[in-house]
Amino acid sequence: MDTTPYVVLSAILFTIGTVGVLTRRNAIVVFMCVELMLNACNLALVAFARQHGNLDGQIAAFFVMVVAAAEVVVGLAIIMTIFRTRRSASVDDASLLKY
Amino acid sequence: MYLMSEGGHTIPVVAPLEAEGAYTLLWLVVALPLLGAAVLLVGGRRTDRWGHLLGTATALASFVLSVVLFVDLLGREESERQVAQRLWEWMEVGGFSVGMDLLYDPLSALFLLLITGVGTLIHVYSIGYMEHDPRRRRFFAYLNLFVAAMLTLVLAENYVVLFLGWEGVGLASYLLIGFWQHKPSAAAAAKKAFVINRVGDIGLSLAIALMFVTFGTTSFTQVSELTSGAGEGTLTALGLLLLLGACGKSAQVPLQAWLLDAMEGPTPVSALIHAATMVTAGVYLVVRSNFVYELAPHAQTVVVVVATVTLLWGAVIGCARDDIKKVLAGSTMSQIGYMMLAAGLGVYGYAFAIFHLITHGFFKANMFLGAGSVMHGMADDVDMRRYGALRKAMPVTFLTFAMGYLAIIGFPLFSGFWSKDKIIETALVESPVAGVCALVGAGVTGFYMTRLMLMTFFTDKRWKEGVHPHESPSVMTVPLIVLAALSVLGGILLLGDWIVGWLAPVVGEAPHHEPPVPVIVLTVLTVAVVAVGVAAAWFLVGRREVARTAPQDVSFAVRAARADLYGDAINDAVVVRPGRRLVTLLLGVDHRGADGLFTGGGSAVAGVGGLLRRVQNGFVRSYALSVLAGALIVVIALMVVNS
Amino acid sequence: MTAFWILAPVMVLAALGILFVRKAVHAALLLAVVMISLAVLYAALDAPFLFAVQIIVYTGAILMLFLFVLMLVGVDASDSVVETIRGQRVLAVAGGLVLGVLLVLGLSQLTLGTVVGLDEANSGGNIEALANILFSRYVFAFETTSALLITAAVGAMVLAHRERLTPKAGQAERAAQRVRDFSEKGTHLGPLPSPGVYARHNAVDTPALLPDGTPAPDSVSRVLSSRGTVRSAPALADDIEQVRRSIDGVPGGASGEQATATGHNTEQHSLEEEGR
Repeated sequence: MDTTPYVVLSAILFTIGTVGVLTRRNAIVVFMCVELMLNACNLALVAFARQHGNLDGQIAAFFVMVVAAAEVVVGLAIIMTIFRTRRSASVDDASLLKY
Repeated sequence: MYLMSEGGHTIPVVAPLEAEGAYTLLWLVVALPLLGAAVLLVGGRRTDRWGHLLGTATALASFVLSVVLFVDLLGREESERQVAQRLWEWMEVGGFSVGMDLLYDPLSALFLLLITGVGTLIHVYSIGYMEHDPRRRRFFAYLNLFVAAMLTLVLAENYVVLFLGWEGVGLASYLLIGFWQHKPSAAAAAKKAFVINRVGDIGLSLAIALMFVTFGTTSFTQVSELTSGAGEGTLTALGLLLLLGACGKSAQVPLQAWLLDAMEGPTPVSALIHAATMVTAGVYLVVRSNFVYELAPHAQTVVVVVATVTLLWGAVIGCARDDIKKVLAGSTMSQIGYMMLAAGLGVYGYAFAIFHLITHGFFKANMFLGAGSVMHGMADDVDMRRYGALRKAMPVTFLTFAMGYLAIIGFPLFSGFWSKDKIIETALVESPVAGVCALVGAGVTGFYMTRLMLMTFFTDKRWKEGVHPHESPSVMTVPLIVLAALSVLGGILLLGDWIVGWLAPVVGEAPHHEPPVPVIVLTVLTVAVVAVGVAAAWFLVGRREVARTAPQDVSFAVRAARADLYGDAINDAVVVRPGRRLVTLLLGVDHRGADGLFTGGGSAVAGVGGLLRRVQNGFVRSYALSVLAGALIVVIALMVVNS
Repeated sequence: MTAFWILAPVMVLAALGILFVRKAVHAALLLAVVMISLAVLYAALDAPFLFAVQIIVYTGAILMLFLFVLMLVGVDASDSVVETIRGQRVLAVAGGLVLGVLLVLGLSQLTLGTVVGLDEANSGGNIEALANILFSRYVFAFETTSALLITAAVGAMVLAHRERLTPKAGQAERAAQRVRDFSEKGTHLGPLPSPGVYARHNAVDTPALLPDGTPAPDSVSRVLSSRGTVRSAPALADDIEQVRRSIDGVPGGASGEQATATGHNTEQHSLEEEGR
């Protein structure tokens, strides 16, 4: 079975994730889109692992998951802190650091 | 020493001998007052109790030293009467070398005696006059500083050292005019004197620069040797520049405006600096530079013109003022005009210029100190319209002042008679127009001095209430008596033309000129003119009631004279206002043009920055978009490069 | 391959849904769909370990964390559809399209060759093979991840921690405060009155009666009175008649009717109470 469809799917998911990060304003949804992008990468890694017949791709995907877990923990904590002080989870509202 | 022939007479060259014996102490004459000033200024309040004594003592020591040196010089051969002492090499730049050199010759010797002698008397007088001033010690420090600077000026062997003394007296004059700096008028007067003197100093410093360029030296010895080789244009320029310096220091037209305001200073200062010594420095400069002027007849003519104008200008001011010190100041201007006139007449007049300078130093110091004594008794009032009938209340002051008065109007046998008579006589012979003006000036002098005498010591009492005139303490009257005696006896210097012969090694000897009319006729004429002036004063002032306040319905001439012949207005219109307009213009050009370029560049950068900073809008998503755009650009670039 | 062709459109649709749904909860659910589909694809790609991990870690842990935070922030919080930054949406879509086209173009230029397959690598079992690599070649990275995780945990705790600005009030302070309130504001010193206890009612929504026969407002919870579900004390007497009748053996007492009547009364009285 061919690898290309998997990788194309991965590319499409990644693009959708990118557009989501750029257009959504709810910080949590933005975060979800980031996760979507990471998952798309994972799919490509796993697909290529099978293509090349070694497990390094799967290991890489595993590490990505670990890092994603850590990132989500800290990121959501930050979102919570911001929400606690500003009563808003919109990324546009945290725009004081500007000209 | 050799003489250089030029146009029928000789111009002596300065050719001093090396100092030896007593002359090696020459530097002490300057150093003592300088040390006194340093001790008093650095010592501060610790020296308050004995500061005035120290100041007087240093001046007195200088005087004693001057007398010793003078006596020694008298005993020498005429050809050996110039002594130079090199203290140290002052500056050496390339081919130029300026030494801290002193020159002691007959001219300097006379000045030394005048400065230290009158200076000492005025120090003594000041002990009494400044007794109640809390800053008396400082006053004596400044006086000592002045004496040291003035001695440097007259002892200098080159123009640069002379300039050092010149600036030193300027500084001391500034400090002393503004001594009562809590009075705004005194502070303003000091500033005015300083600024106008700077104008003159520009002339002197340019003259020094021109000497460096032309001769490569400023030493009197070398310049006097080299002048005969220089072009007349250069020498005329040099003479005019030196004259500009002399005008500033000696309050000659057009730089005369500061002298009347300078009377804001304490009266001993007016007597010492603004009558006897400093203001005559211009005359000294012209006489000392005789080797320049003798070869620049046009410059000499300008000197005569300036002197004649000043002579009449000062006399006219003296006629209209009611302030006793300002009358004397106008008189000083006028008398310095006489000296300058004599100096401008060249070799015929140099000796008489110095002679008049010395006698004037005596009688004007005498009168200024007398005026100070009167003010002392009249609770510091200077308005003559509130004096009157003081001869009973202050007999010593009156008598000494009368000696000075008789001397200045040229009463026969008094010192001023001899000196002024000689100047008028020479002027009538050498330059009849100037001579007639000088003659008229003598009459006007008779008028205003008689007016002063009458308003102060005669006529009715017009004292303010609560004023009780009293004679001054003896510490003040003794100097008055000494100076009065000198005013009377100053004429003995002319005995047998002694002073002419004495100064001949410095200024040269004039070929004998027989005046067109006998000398006795000229003398009688002068005395007659003076008598007319005195009589006019008697009829106009002495016979009438003197108003307690100056009458306002007076002719234009009187108004002009009261306003110092509009000297300040002329300065304002000719220099100050155009200068201010020019500065405003330049400032505008600077602000709009020069600054505009810099601030414009800055504003442009700031404007572009202001536009660019809009990119930093604070929205994370915009930043993410730009990250994406950057990534895309990199990827596209890679693909384009690879394909 | 069947799994792929079934799941790929689902995943793309779900992913696009994340872009368009307004409620964050829906987005989270759509993300869950994508992740579970991914897990199935991992299984299809000979990665059983990652299949499990994807389900457990991603869908189970991370997504649940998202949902927890969403609950804290507010489930209803929905995005406004209006774009506030000018040109952002257009540029984002354009950039996304360019990115997608570039990626697909790049892929189309690749020739991947035949698939090697993981049968050989997985011959001793996928998990054992992964463990072999992980604890040999990647052991340093693995140990480093542990540091990363600890750091993340500490960071989350620090961020979630709230600093106490005033000292915690103890029993003594609270007692003193009560006495102070009593002396200053006249607040009742003792505990609040307990709800009324009647023959047939003793729930927390039944107010106690004061000596003058009026209900004591403090005896029921403030929440209940604001919801308007407090029973009216006089209405409690309404069923006396019914009870007496049932005791007397009179049949046909419609208890349902009675109940509605009671409820009706309750509302009426509670409104009265509020008006007071």
